[in-house]
Amino acid sequence: MSPLFDLAVAVARIAVFISFCLGLVVILTWVERKGAAYIQDRRGPNRARILGLTLGGIFHPLADAIKFLFKEDFIPDGAHRLFYQMAPMFALAPAIMTMAVIPFGPPVTIAGHQIPLQIADLNVGILYLFAISGMTVYGVVLAGWASNSKYPLLGGLRSSAQMLSYEVSMGLSVVGILMVFQSVQLSEIARGQGELLFGILPKWGVFVQPLGFILFLTALYAEANRTPFDLPEGESELVAGYHTEYGSFKFSMFMMAEYIHMVVGSAVLVTLFFGGWQFPYLADAGFAFPGGVSFAVPAWAVLSLRIGSFVVKTVFFCWVYVWVRWTIPRFRYDQVMRLGWKVMLPLALINIFVTGLVLLLIDKGI
Amino acid sequence: MEPILFVIFGAIAVGGAIMVVTRRHPMASALYLILTLFAVAALFVLRQAHFLAAIQVIVYAGAVVVLFIFVIMLINVPVHKLPVERVTGLRFLGVLAAGLLILESAVLTRRFAMPRASAVDAGSVQAVGKALFTDYLLAFEITSVLLLAAVIGAIALAKKKI
Repeated sequence: MSPLFDLAVAVARIAVFISFCLGLVVILTWVERKGAAYIQDRRGPNRARILGLTLGGIFHPLADAIKFLFKEDFIPDGAHRLFYQMAPMFALAPAIMTMAVIPFGPPVTIAGHQIPLQIADLNVGILYLFAISGMTVYGVVLAGWASNSKYPLLGGLRSSAQMLSYEVSMGLSVVGILMVFQSVQLSEIARGQGELLFGILPKWGVFVQPLGFILFLTALYAEANRTPFDLPEGESELVAGYHTEYGSFKFSMFMMAEYIHMVVGSAVLVTLFFGGWQFPYLADAGFAFPGGVSFAVPAWAVLSLRIGSFVVKTVFFCWVYVWVRWTIPRFRYDQVMRLGWKVMLPLALINIFVTGLVLLLIDKGI
Repeated sequence: MEPILFVIFGAIAVGGAIMVVTRRHPMASALYLILTLFAVAALFVLRQAHFLAAIQVIVYAGAVVVLFIFVIMLINVPVHKLPVERVTGLRFLGVLAAGLLILESAVLTRRFAMPRASAVDAGSVQAVGKALFTDYLLAFEITSVLLLAAVIGAIALAKKKI
């Protein structure tokens, strides 16, 4: 009974969270184009229809998927065939693997078993994320090199330098969070953010580590190759950068990887800096506001409020990606590099030093 | 379960390493090197050294091999122009050295019993952190100075005017 139960629970968690992420990816491809249209004061996609219904173009992702499936799957002349085929897999597989460690809710107790609402609660949590997301650079680099074409090669070169540079700042920007919550385990970090700061503010990462948040957000956009850091695929200079020579479903694998990065990136941002599944002022028993006002809430409502809060926050930060993309223009390549090494890196180091100093002073009771 | 997994990941690590030195194309060698590094990380996980496994992947697979691939891309030599091995007998020497290594490790593992994975906690985040900042603090600080010197040296070499 018990191993079977465990297996069922594990499969259920994987199914729920992966379908949440992939569903969001599908919707995001529509939100991206619709958002672009509204920000630029035009209508956006509105032609795909089923039975005369357009519903604001929500069927466009479906039409896209069918189109990608039925396009010719070609390999350009002179491409390194094996590496050319492998590149989209190298891009997509790590993106999906990063979903594994994100806690999307508090542990729940079913039939006497405590079940964490997280696919795998690794004790190296955030380090696993860095390790796996570090692999995505191979997809971009291999695609750029194996296509045997000038533009993809330049895109691949740019991206490998950019992603390596920003990985350093990204790693250092979360060290402050790890010091405050004294854990690298994402479930512990999410739980630690349920306390109150000075008795009024929720102890969310963004309030204890404001500089860390800004640095992490910037590095996240650079790692996902999103505007203003989309140098590897800068359309105006490199046609489409590293995936210029890709078509059909291989191209859509690159697109999926990018959108999964947006979703997982938002989820990680929420977990580290916006309390994860925590709902402000909501404890296990019910609401407890700073003024001393409190009222009880049934357990099922607490659970759904918490999971709902995670979903809403994640969706909001996915929207911020779209918002930023259609608002801020692309940097020049030397500006990206200067920002990464000469601004972000020193700031991240200062942040770690100040955090350590403050923690030491608090520890000494000053 | 653990011995079976050890054999599987050990075989992947050794097989990948053999492929690294026998492949003709440098890009293939680099990709097999990633496979080997992942298999070694899995072996670390089997020994409960989760922190070492994560760092292994972050540093070696995530950064060092990326630099290798960067160089391979920049030089971009077509396969038919790759240099041919000049010195004869290198392969024989390689096999000989591998044989000696296997013999040596066989003798060593017979003399010293491996500690049981559950008995040691040397590879977790807490254990490594504590060891680095207490027992090995001097070595840790000296290493960081050494790395700083390497960084400054690289900048001095690459930049004509500082």
